[in-house]
Amino acid sequence: MQEFLQLVVSGIATGGIFASLALALVLIYNAMGLVNFAQGEMAMFATFVAFTLIAHGMNYWLAFVITLVVAFAGGIAIERVVIRPIERAPILTLVIVTLGLATLINGLAGSIFGYVPRAFPSPFSVQTVNILGALASFQDLGVIAVSAVVLLAIYLLLQHTTVGLTMRAAAHHAEASRLLGVRVSWMLALGWGLASAVGSVSGIMVAPIILLEPNMMQTIIIYAFAAAVLGGIESPLGAVVGGVIVGVTVNLAGVYLPFVGGDLQLAVALAIIVAVLVLKPNGLFGRPTVRRV
Amino acid sequence: MIQRIRTTPPRYWLVLVVVLFFIGLPTVIDSFQSGEWAQALVLAIAIMGLNILVGYSGQISLGHGAFMAIGAYTSAILAHRYKMDYLATIPIAGLLTGILGFLFGVPALRLSALYLALATFALAVVTPSLIKRPAELTGGVQGIVLLPPVPPTFASDTFSALTGTALTSDQWTYYVTLAWTLVLFWLAWNLVRHRAGRAMRAIRDGEVAAAASGVNIAGYKTLAFGISALYAGIAGSLFGLAVGFVSPDTFPVALSIQLLVGAVVGGLASIPGPIIGAIFAYFLPIESNQWVPTQTWIPGSIASTIEKAGPAVTYGAVLILTMIFAPNGVVGLVLTGYSRLRGRLRGVPDRESGQMPPDPHTV
Amino acid sequence: MTKFGSRIAGITALFIALAACGGSNTPAAQTDVGVTSNSILLGNTIAQSGAAAAYGTIANGELAYFTYINNTQGGVNGRKITFKILDDAYNPAQTVPLTKQLVEQDKVFAMFSGLGTQAQTSVRDYLNAQKVPQLFVATGATTFMLDYSKYKYSIGWQPPYQGEARIYAKDILANHAGAKIGILYQNDDYGQDYLKGLTDGLGSSASMIVDKESYDVTATSTAAQLVKLKASGADTLFLFTTPGFTIPALVTVTKLGWAPAIYLNAVSNPEVYMGIAAKNGAALKNVTSVGYIKDPTDPQWASDSGMQLYKTVIANCTTCNVNDGFNIYGVAVAYTMVDVLKQAGSNMTRANVVNIATSGLNESNNPFLLPGVVVKTTSSDHFPITQEQVITWNGTGWSSQGGLVDERGTIK
Repeated sequence: MQEFLQLVVSGIATGGIFASLALALVLIYNAMGLVNFAQGEMAMFATFVAFTLIAHGMNYWLAFVITLVVAFAGGIAIERVVIRPIERAPILTLVIVTLGLATLINGLAGSIFGYVPRAFPSPFSVQTVNILGALASFQDLGVIAVSAVVLLAIYLLLQHTTVGLTMRAAAHHAEASRLLGVRVSWMLALGWGLASAVGSVSGIMVAPIILLEPNMMQTIIIYAFAAAVLGGIESPLGAVVGGVIVGVTVNLAGVYLPFVGGDLQLAVALAIIVAVLVLKPNGLFGRPTVRRV
Repeated sequence: MIQRIRTTPPRYWLVLVVVLFFIGLPTVIDSFQSGEWAQALVLAIAIMGLNILVGYSGQISLGHGAFMAIGAYTSAILAHRYKMDYLATIPIAGLLTGILGFLFGVPALRLSALYLALATFALAVVTPSLIKRPAELTGGVQGIVLLPPVPPTFASDTFSALTGTALTSDQWTYYVTLAWTLVLFWLAWNLVRHRAGRAMRAIRDGEVAAAASGVNIAGYKTLAFGISALYAGIAGSLFGLAVGFVSPDTFPVALSIQLLVGAVVGGLASIPGPIIGAIFAYFLPIESNQWVPTQTWIPGSIASTIEKAGPAVTYGAVLILTMIFAPNGVVGLVLTGYSRLRGRLRGVPDRESGQMPPDPHTV
Repeated sequence: MTKFGSRIAGITALFIALAACGGSNTPAAQTDVGVTSNSILLGNTIAQSGAAAAYGTIANGELAYFTYINNTQGGVNGRKITFKILDDAYNPAQTVPLTKQLVEQDKVFAMFSGLGTQAQTSVRDYLNAQKVPQLFVATGATTFMLDYSKYKYSIGWQPPYQGEARIYAKDILANHAGAKIGILYQNDDYGQDYLKGLTDGLGSSASMIVDKESYDVTATSTAAQLVKLKASGADTLFLFTTPGFTIPALVTVTKLGWAPAIYLNAVSNPEVYMGIAAKNGAALKNVTSVGYIKDPTDPQWASDSGMQLYKTVIANCTTCNVNDGFNIYGVAVAYTMVDVLKQAGSNMTRANVVNIATSGLNESNNPFLLPGVVVKTTSSDHFPITQEQVITWNGTGWSSQGGLVDERGTIK
């Protein structure tokens, strides 16, 4: 029982990592109906920016804020330069371009920063806290707490502000929005900027735990996909809940299902993706969409 | 007869020239380069398969590296453990992979384009760890070493008679791969010209309209997956022949990206596209690492950045630039340029001719 | 042809004939492909991009040392060493054509320090069939030293993973006879080789192993495996993991409130990694490892002449981080390579160099290895380095325990 509980708690901790990146994925999907394959790499790059600032002596929180702004600007820039020319292209084009972005950013990070894993400071202490006999560190809980805060911010933005409403309208019904005077193109840019900023938060939270290096997000993004899909690709709450479920499932499956074992953790994520998409494509919190033909 | 030769469209002659070029290639390049070209042709076959799926039937797959792995390991296990003749294993590997692809296509029907991309991408990332698991069968991380094929006497005799030099193992591999490439490309060409191809393109361009016209959507989509996987499986099997070694690290996610790059750069929904794309995708990492530093006209800082960044940056940049500026790839650029040229030469003013644009289509 | 022209042709022909005759009179020094009167060409494939690119700097270290030798000693016996490095991204599918290119087009004398077990296995048959030396491969996979009888042109350099694990086994049997062992290992050739070495080394006491858990490099966290290991009642934990996983594992162990005796492998023990783990909350009590090479971040070598030499050498590489343990590895193995070439002297043929490397090495003065470590091969033993020093973590650094432990002859 003790072991089970510890696995669950550790799984929740890892799930927080997945959730934080999944939130960025959900934001982009809300902005333009696209899953951004480059989200993880953008987050990683932003984290390296933060690392460079801190390494030059800047205060952690100042670097954090500056990185957020840089990431926001970077997201908008990428949207304007790379995505805008193909905004109305079919989904395959967009997917390929985001894949190309991911490859490009990963290669750039590697050549600029090198591949040696580096330590990244965390604002949370490394002490452990006892939860019903299971142990977690403040760092782990911090990731979840920050994800929850970001979730709240996104939820408020999307559901309770005009900007959020405009963004969602632009994503779902671009033509109608244009007719109503919405600058759809800039809504997309805004969506990218926000998603990039959320991604940078994810990277900064996660880097202390898994060590900062160019390939750090390469497999996390798959788990984040699983989290987003499980929770419902449009729902920020779903992203967080999905992340936690994925984290816990991966741990439990690895220990209690002998044919899975510890080395097929990623395959579990793949199984989750496929199972959800086939059985309940809208995930836990998504709403079924009706497509007019 | 003469009449038929005179009226064959010029592009048939172009095809003949290209085929002859490939047949004669090993005689003018080093033996090991034939091995490299064999690997490029392997990619071309896999890209052709991907093209059938993505370009002609409109379904995305970012995981064709996984199908190549299935084909490669099928052949490797049959040849290594059950001592089958390697050449005989190629069609078996293809068939097995094709069936698996067909079965994979069934749940794929339920996934929209984006989700299919997601799921297949996850599959590509997971492939190496899936290969490692049945270590008894696949050799796990040790991989399976395949002895270089010995050219059969009829082939080496013919080659020596024609060129005066002995047929090396690499060259023999090249010719086996070339033979399969020609056959598979010819089959693909027939597929897209006839009923199945038209049905697939109809599905790609407007699924609902196609359904309303009575096209069996599910049937053709899964068929596309199956055929596409068959091609990838044969490519994988030939891959094992060309490289001589299969292991989990030979099928990383970068391979699936490489296939996608080749398909897109060459030109989706075109028959010559995969060859061009494969040559680009295969030789780029080798050349950017070696040829670029030797070119003195490239400024030093750019050259060293390209070298250090590796092919990843170039692949990424090329993918993005191609999709923005030349979404139909090289073939699309050539055809647009050609039709513009023809229009100029004939004195026809540039305006819409009112005809349906030929393939390659906008994706 | 004019009269003048034909006269020139005739005189030229006369000179050529004389030269040819003259050449056959003096005993020519023996050379081979890739060797000219003033150069030796070595080839290398290594991961400089992609997931394993952190290892790529090994080749930089090697190149730095060859540059140093070329500049300060004019090369080896008047021949400067040219080192051609190609990026195979750790993918055997690229290693094969690149190696063939180096052999058949660039015509290298030998392949040196190729990286990666799978990558080097993929070209081992080819290189041996072509009789091209595959020297000092950059992997501890035991097969490169054990399978000499089948692959006479291939040899490793660093201590075999199995040998290292056997030293741990010896240490446990000697000092913690009743221990209950749990193992966390990476599910690739690296982790599996260590596991085999430990199990073999424990021999009849292998039942001391109460649990072993593997993980794939695509895992985000090994917490689940560590939870299970803790629940198995193990009081000794082996980490056969690469640094990116070792550090979080050390942190997780402390986080779980578990305090086993920890053995971690040589690749993960550089002080800088231990520092990161400590900063992240790892207790690092009772941690043992082994080493055979000097760690640039270890203050005990600060004024050591070997370390000074390393720093001089590595300055040749402008992009190298002097504190990176992979760099000193590269310099150390390049030292051995130069030693072999010097020993070959005027008989610079592949066969002779291979013979020296696999059966005639006796290098005891490598300034970059721990004092006392010899690089030695004989006709019956083809494991170049088999000695390692057991070290324990004292809170701020590694302290040596006892003398060097030698595993020579134990791996069959």
